[in-house]
Amino acid sequence: MEKMFKVSSNPHIRSKDTTSRIMQYVALALLPAMIFGIFNFGMHAMFLVMITVSATVLSEYIYDRCMKKEISIGDFSAVVTGLLLALNLPPEAPLWVGVIGGVFAIIVVKMLFGGLGQNFMNPALGARCFLIISFTSIMTNFDCDAYTGATPLAAIKAGEGAPELIDMIIGRTAGTIGETSMIALLIGAAFLLVMKVIDLRVPGAYILSFVVFIVLFSGHGLELDYIVAQLAGGGLMLGAFFMATDYVTRPITKNGQYVFGIFLGIMTGIFRIFGPSAEGVSYAIILGNLLVPLIEKVTKPTAFGKKKTKKEAA
Amino acid sequence: MAKLTFRGGVHPYEGKELSKDKPMKTIVPKGEMVYPLSQHIGAPAVPVVKKGDKVLAGQKIAEAGGFVSAPIYATVSGTVKTIEPRRVVTGDLVNSIIIDNDGLLEEVEYTAHDPEKLNKKEILELIKEAGVVGMGGAGFPTHVKLSPKEPEKIEYVIANCAECEPYLTSDYRRMLEEPQKLIDGLKIILRLFDHAQGILAVEDNKPDCIELLTRLTEQESKITVKALKTKYPQGAERQLIYAATGREINSSMLPADAGCVVDNVDTIVAVYHAVAEGKPLMNRIVTVTGDAVNDPRNFYVRIGMNYHDLIEEAGGFKTEPEKVVSGGPMMGFALFDLNVPTTKTASALLCLTKDEVSAMAPSPCINCGRCVDACPGRIVPRKLAVLAQHGDEEAFVANDGMECCECGCCSFVCPAKRQLTQSIKSMRKTILGKRKK
Repeated sequence: MEKMFKVSSNPHIRSKDTTSRIMQYVALALLPAMIFGIFNFGMHAMFLVMITVSATVLSEYIYDRCMKKEISIGDFSAVVTGLLLALNLPPEAPLWVGVIGGVFAIIVVKMLFGGLGQNFMNPALGARCFLIISFTSIMTNFDCDAYTGATPLAAIKAGEGAPELIDMIIGRTAGTIGETSMIALLIGAAFLLVMKVIDLRVPGAYILSFVVFIVLFSGHGLELDYIVAQLAGGGLMLGAFFMATDYVTRPITKNGQYVFGIFLGIMTGIFRIFGPSAEGVSYAIILGNLLVPLIEKVTKPTAFGKKKTKKEAA
Repeated sequence: MAKLTFRGGVHPYEGKELSKDKPMKTIVPKGEMVYPLSQHIGAPAVPVVKKGDKVLAGQKIAEAGGFVSAPIYATVSGTVKTIEPRRVVTGDLVNSIIIDNDGLLEEVEYTAHDPEKLNKKEILELIKEAGVVGMGGAGFPTHVKLSPKEPEKIEYVIANCAECEPYLTSDYRRMLEEPQKLIDGLKIILRLFDHAQGILAVEDNKPDCIELLTRLTEQESKITVKALKTKYPQGAERQLIYAATGREINSSMLPADAGCVVDNVDTIVAVYHAVAEGKPLMNRIVTVTGDAVNDPRNFYVRIGMNYHDLIEEAGGFKTEPEKVVSGGPMMGFALFDLNVPTTKTASALLCLTKDEVSAMAPSPCINCGRCVDACPGRIVPRKLAVLAQHGDEEAFVANDGMECCECGCCSFVCPAKRQLTQSIKSMRKTILGKRKK
């Protein structure tokens, strides 16, 4: 027989989306927050970001090499993990903290569980919590050249005056490298929404339920200043738009995503208001990550045309 | 008003501009003609001719092999060369009648009827005798579809003019060039169902068809034209019924359970030919298209013609294609060889210079959820594909795996290029095969 054509099962066309393109978009969307962080906190923050990203990418490369697996760094997911972790570090943290965190995120949280798509918690957040537990004083010290003292949320919690609202929205406050600027984060989030990389199901449910929770239980009621401070002054924007939306560790079902978002909102509220620490986003998301299999199980969608038959049968 | 549509679906590159503006061209068949005895769902047809017999175009050469089956007619005049297994589009070897075309195209005489004077039984008999089957791809015998248990409960006869598959324009050309045949065919079908309204359901990327059909049906009280949002798979039976009537059916129900009958454009025109003109199913329209052919367009083809001849009529290949698909890119069959005959269900021949599928290797699933958003069946393809790969039949069924319509949306959108549809499809085949036993 003469030359044969290629055969495969349908469909014979594919969309242009690829994993690496999605990851590149996420990395791109984090740039405004990163650039603002460097501008806000100085050169050390830049070195910290660079070393952390290098640590995540290199450790994935070395792991793949040692395990004789295909080199997977081309999918850019390690870059995203590194960036997210770096943006979650205090600006004056020593460089080795970024290295340890990066290695932990990739090797322990991601690769040991089977690599991309298999990890049950967000690698960057897993590493951040590991660092907070291991090096508490470093990870909770937000003193730096630009700002002395507490993050806005810590100041509010301690009963000290919060910074000006406008400073919190722009990001001229103490905090981790990438969390302070609400505006920079929202620009990145808007980009991801427009590119359809993320949708509003998780962040929307998260932020809304969090607001409802603090209105009901914080004792500040509908005090606008307090609500804006809670939204802009901590890690909520970074968490809600960039970490809670992490594909691998949020539910895949639509209803599950709402449930997940609401759960995060309530947990963040509980941690921030009733917990000893002023922050709660990281732990809330990690806790939510652990519940994902359960949430997916109870929110299994009803197949097209199925509901009707059940009713008819009943 | 919100546009009529369904939830899920995708928007692939349409590719229709390649062939949509060129009028249909009739091809004169030459050489040998091949008629597979199985070009429909159901029992294979039984030959009523033998080697050496002289046949005329329009002469029955194979009889229906049961109620769910359809007869087959010669489409040229000539001599029966042999009856032997031949390769068909699916790659299977199917017993086929081979006729040596004498090139004279001598036809039998047909008896025209006035549909108004026929009763329901006579109409169904004519459709059955003409060998009309679903020409959109499934090939389900039309007379069976038009004989539901309770015909008085049918409220809608939906003409599937969606043509949602990318690249395909055969229904579009038919609607533009022979709209009256479509409308008259629909009127004939409506005569079978006393309480039914006819709906011409057209995707809104064909505004000229919508305008034309609306104008031509102004005086028809029982027929309406509905514009549907352009989205794949709008022409899938269950999605079409939902968009046109708001009724939902699942995979184990028939359209008749929702009071609907759905037929595609070419099938309805075949019904018109069968009843009004007394002509058996002998022709169909085939879109020959893709970036590999010189002159992509629609052809009025006699069933039984070799695909090579179609390509030749389309000006041959501009560049050697890497992949050739019988049907649309979303649900068609890939061919390894062009040496197969045109059958009743062959809607298109798509020739692509590049095979996107083999160019992209699957990578790990990142759980992005695009497949869930795109799935018109509202199931979780990612999970089902994993269950299929593990061979867990029980969990596959429990997670509504059998509700999959194999439309291909999940594989299309997957950024990791995973073979979701393929895994689910083969699992479904396995389970369905076991159920039959």
